Amino acid sequence: MTATQTVEVKGDPAPLAAPLVGRAMPRVEDAALLTGVARYADDLPVKPGTLHAAILRSPHAHAELLDIDFAAALAVPGVAAVVTGADAKRHASAFLVGVRAPMEHWCLAIDRVRHVGEPVAVVLADSRYQAEDALDRIEVRYRPLPPVTSIAQALGEGALAEGSEPLHPAVGSNLVNSRSFRYGDPEAAFARATRTVSIEVEYPRNSCTPMECFVVLADYDAAEDAYEVLSNFSGPFAVHPVMARALNVPGSRLRLKTPPHSGGSFGNKQAVFPYVVLMGLCARVAGRPVKWVEDRLEHLMAATSATARRMRIEAAVEPDGRVLALRMEQTEDCGAYLRAPEPASLYRNHGNLTGAYDIAHLAVTNRIVVTNKTPTGLNRGFGGGQLYYGLERLMNRVAAELGLDPLDVIRRNLVAAEAMPYRTASGGTLDSGDYRATLEQAVRDGGLEALKARRDALRAEGRLYGIGYAAVVEPSISNMGYITTVLTAEERRKAGPKNGAQATASVAVDPTGGVSVTVASAPQGQGHRTVLAQVVADVFGLRFEDIRVNTDLDTGKDAWSIASGNYSSRFAGAVAGAAQVAATRLRGRMAALVAGLLNCRAADVRFAGGRVFSDANPDNGLSFSRVAAAGHWAPGTLPDGQEAALRETAFWTPEPLKAPTDADHINSSACYGFIFDFCGVEIDRTTGAPRIDRYVTMHDAGRLLNPLLVEGQILGGFAHAVGTALFEEYAYGDDGRFLSGTFADYLVPTACEVPVPVILHRESPSPVTPLGAKGVGEGNCMSTPVCLANAVADALSGVAVGGLPPLPPSLPLTPAKLAALIHPPEPPRPAPATGASASPMPAAVPGGRGLTGEGSREVPATPEQVWAILLDPKELAALLPGCEALELVGPNAYRAEVVVGIGPVRGRYTAEVALSDLDPPNALTLTGSGTSALGSGSGTGHVTLEPTATGTRVTYRYGASVGGKVAAVGGRMLDSASRLLIGQFFEKLVARAGGPAASARPPSLLVRLLRLLGLTR
Amino acid sequence: MPPLTSRPPTTPVLAAETRHAVSVVLNGTPRTGHAHPRLLLSDFLRHELGAHGTRVGCEHGVCGACTVRLDGVAVRACLTLAVQADGRRIDTVEGLAAANQGRMTALQEAFRRHHALQCGFCTAGILMSLTDYLGRNPKPTEEELRDMLSGHLCRCTGYAGIVRAVMDVTGQAGGVPARGPAEGGHV
Repeated sequence: MTATQTVEVKGDPAPLAAPLVGRAMPRVEDAALLTGVARYADDLPVKPGTLHAAILRSPHAHAELLDIDFAAALAVPGVAAVVTGADAKRHASAFLVGVRAPMEHWCLAIDRVRHVGEPVAVVLADSRYQAEDALDRIEVRYRPLPPVTSIAQALGEGALAEGSEPLHPAVGSNLVNSRSFRYGDPEAAFARATRTVSIEVEYPRNSCTPMECFVVLADYDAAEDAYEVLSNFSGPFAVHPVMARALNVPGSRLRLKTPPHSGGSFGNKQAVFPYVVLMGLCARVAGRPVKWVEDRLEHLMAATSATARRMRIEAAVEPDGRVLALRMEQTEDCGAYLRAPEPASLYRNHGNLTGAYDIAHLAVTNRIVVTNKTPTGLNRGFGGGQLYYGLERLMNRVAAELGLDPLDVIRRNLVAAEAMPYRTASGGTLDSGDYRATLEQAVRDGGLEALKARRDALRAEGRLYGIGYAAVVEPSISNMGYITTVLTAEERRKAGPKNGAQATASVAVDPTGGVSVTVASAPQGQGHRTVLAQVVADVFGLRFEDIRVNTDLDTGKDAWSIASGNYSSRFAGAVAGAAQVAATRLRGRMAALVAGLLNCRAADVRFAGGRVFSDANPDNGLSFSRVAAAGHWAPGTLPDGQEAALRETAFWTPEPLKAPTDADHINSSACYGFIFDFCGVEIDRTTGAPRIDRYVTMHDAGRLLNPLLVEGQILGGFAHAVGTALFEEYAYGDDGRFLSGTFADYLVPTACEVPVPVILHRESPSPVTPLGAKGVGEGNCMSTPVCLANAVADALSGVAVGGLPPLPPSLPLTPAKLAALIHPPEPPRPAPATGASASPMPAAVPGGRGLTGEGSREVPATPEQVWAILLDPKELAALLPGCEALELVGPNAYRAEVVVGIGPVRGRYTAEVALSDLDPPNALTLTGSGTSALGSGSGTGHVTLEPTATGTRVTYRYGASVGGKVAAVGGRMLDSASRLLIGQFFEKLVARAGGPAASARPPSLLVRLLRLLGLTR
Repeated sequence: MPPLTSRPPTTPVLAAETRHAVSVVLNGTPRTGHAHPRLLLSDFLRHELGAHGTRVGCEHGVCGACTVRLDGVAVRACLTLAVQADGRRIDTVEGLAAANQGRMTALQEAFRRHHALQCGFCTAGILMSLTDYLGRNPKPTEEELRDMLSGHLCRCTGYAGIVRAVMDVTGQAGGVPARGPAEGGHV
């Protein structure tokens, strides 16, 4: 039996044993994980005949897709099929989009690619190795288009490149949605205020990058027109209907399963959903099961990203720092496509836009733009890091401009305990807590005075040391209706109301007295099974080990709702709560079953110590297993009208989660925890490197169900936040090239970079959730980046040159950026003395990374002899590094097959090579451009030949640009690699012209190192 | 002019298109599988021998998830070819408890006690590196330990529990509180 209702669970009288909830229980999950027997998605068996997929991805940020020739790929041994956008059009549909704008996003590019890494074709083969071989054989013709690579460009600020057009031409603009909101009377408040303080900040693209990448195993049943997919998808299951619609089937014909273990998500595994559809399509086209495992390059380049956000925020303030009103202008970069559930990043915090502060008047403008970058999605802190980076930098700035202590400004504006539950200007309900007392406790127990003394002492030594603060509310359990705030009230009326957040849990007893719990929470390593065992064991008065929890999900059999999944910190409040509701109901049913036997009322039946007994007469009792067996073996003895006590499924939704009102008030989350952080950061005056000296984080997350796991969540969130603040950014070139495709480029903090914060707690139970718990996993991703930035701002006051100190740069706060604020600019490097070369530097490739170089060599041959070598195709073929074939295609124009390796990527390029500006025997220009599955490259080199006493001086200058996979993984090596390749060309030329053979010298250390790395042969 | 020189053809020891028998001693048990010369040791262990305990996190040698011991030395299985392991001893996470009368080792138990893992995906590699490392350096300082751990990426724990577990199992728990407030200062 299932029912949807809101249940208030009454507290139990004290059980015999101390409750398990609230205890730091080690996890039931760990034994399997520590001994290697855990089964993640890639460890599960596949059906015989399963094909392995490899995905061809766009090397261009923005291009028209002209045609795809995959005949050669089909000829590669082991290849069964190649799937393209044409197949998608035949068997699938575009994904549903959350705003009303004509933007089509398909699981495979149809006629245009809009970001580097967008899937263009899929090869299906007997092995992944074969499939990847065949990718190199697919030829795709593109017509590159000018890319949009920044929020400013998307908004049309500044000049656009020639030929620019919107990413989605039917929308007519890259600004795809804009809404303004007004709460209270912000105009009057700003008019009344003595002063306004404003800042503008940008939040970068980054991502939590779980250690396990995406995995999809898909099969299609043609007889039933049904898909069965196993994937490490993490939810929200609101995306399930999006996937089903894209596969042109009802949800009942997309059976989605999750594996027993998942290697982390932090929200990111929501973004596997387009691949669930893509691999379903592939299985259908190939008529065989398909398996795809994302590799790290694919993940970094094209999986998902946090939104980049530009925020202008302005406060109307009183002289004492009291904030009367806020004006916000948020512009969100959602990447190339608005992918479900976006634009949720921008609206997730809509009910708590004023943070932990009592600010009654608010004006907000939210804009959503598309850019030629990877589409965005769920990422730990989801929208909170972006919001609080603006809000808490502003509060810090208010203090700086008014000459107040930043902590006093926070104190003066916090919501008062007496005001709880507090309704925010935008409609949120802050449910519980005493923020001021919590702050004072942190100041005291976290040792702020000692930290201030330390700052003063270090500053007296001339060191750059600062203290930062941040106060935030941490929302948890998202309202399924908040995303509709992006729509107008009129649009919402047409679409029908959306609200709530239904959590589900099923609890069953078996005939031996074993208790099973199943939930649809799709855990990604947080320890859901452990906490659920604690909760349910307490309800039945059983031992921890008596409860077996199963968190695999099968949408074909299990109870789930669109709100199911692992996101918005909903487990402790909603899912554990639902399990308690289900267990309590089942216990009530069992009590009714045995009340007659125990000669007492059902209400007086107690469950404790593995026994079931009458409260009035504890000696009169039965074992729990006996009662469990009765439900199975003796249904005939059940009182009339009573169902057997075997299994209960509860659907629980938080009462306060309503749909947005016509005035756009929205309580976007069910609970709001409170966090107050402070920290000390020192900046190295010489290098600009920031060092976290001390970090204190104070949490009120309601009732703590398992303090050990809560601490783990805080430590993990903090580590992510340290990465966000100091190291991590998805970097792109001006032309949209992706530049951080390895963990050597995208810098995840290691054990040497993450300090251990001081963690403090206060528990104000939530009145909303059954167990009083609130979410806790995301908070530090909201509070910590800005807290560190505020400390950096304070430290930079040591380098203030009159007036205010420099503002901290955009995240991440890298040593280079901070050093630039500390030191005067370096003088330009002196021009290299390469002789009087008259040739101008080749024009930079538009938007290119600017790989340039020059050099000269003395050759013991006449200019005419050297000229003859360069103009002879056979000779040229021997000179070009990695050239395996060269054919003449026109006057002084060639097509070359070149194999080049950069870092771990070795690719075969078809290159067009041409000689121009011929001035025999004095000068010529050599241009080349090539593309392959690994990316594209182009370059220009000027060569001049000058006669000398002993031969010829060959002088060259070049400019080159490389994109696609090579740029993503080899960015750090491109300069040295191109120098090496060009060096090889001229070494060979010198050798060919009779000079000393290059190999006569022992290779330099650099060359040997590069050889070791596979950069050269 | 001298004649154009070309690279002398190299004779491959193993034919690229052929699967070769690869025999290893995996966690003390002789095992044989077949591998093309280009097959990674990580893929060989997982998909040829069915030893799934070794995880693959980046396939470019940075994250450390796939670390196994090859003749006792910690190596990245994703940067090692299966054929390179022929005739050698490989130890993986599955062998830790097996070599300890079927019970988890003290290190594994300490990981559990100190919540040194969440999703567990990086754990096998860290355990294998630590087993090698602690054999050579049984009482590392916290700084030495963190330096060694910097060869592994963990996204869940912030490394705090891992450090605590190792300090505990090496008899140095006094320096690091089991749980609760701790001072920063490692960066």
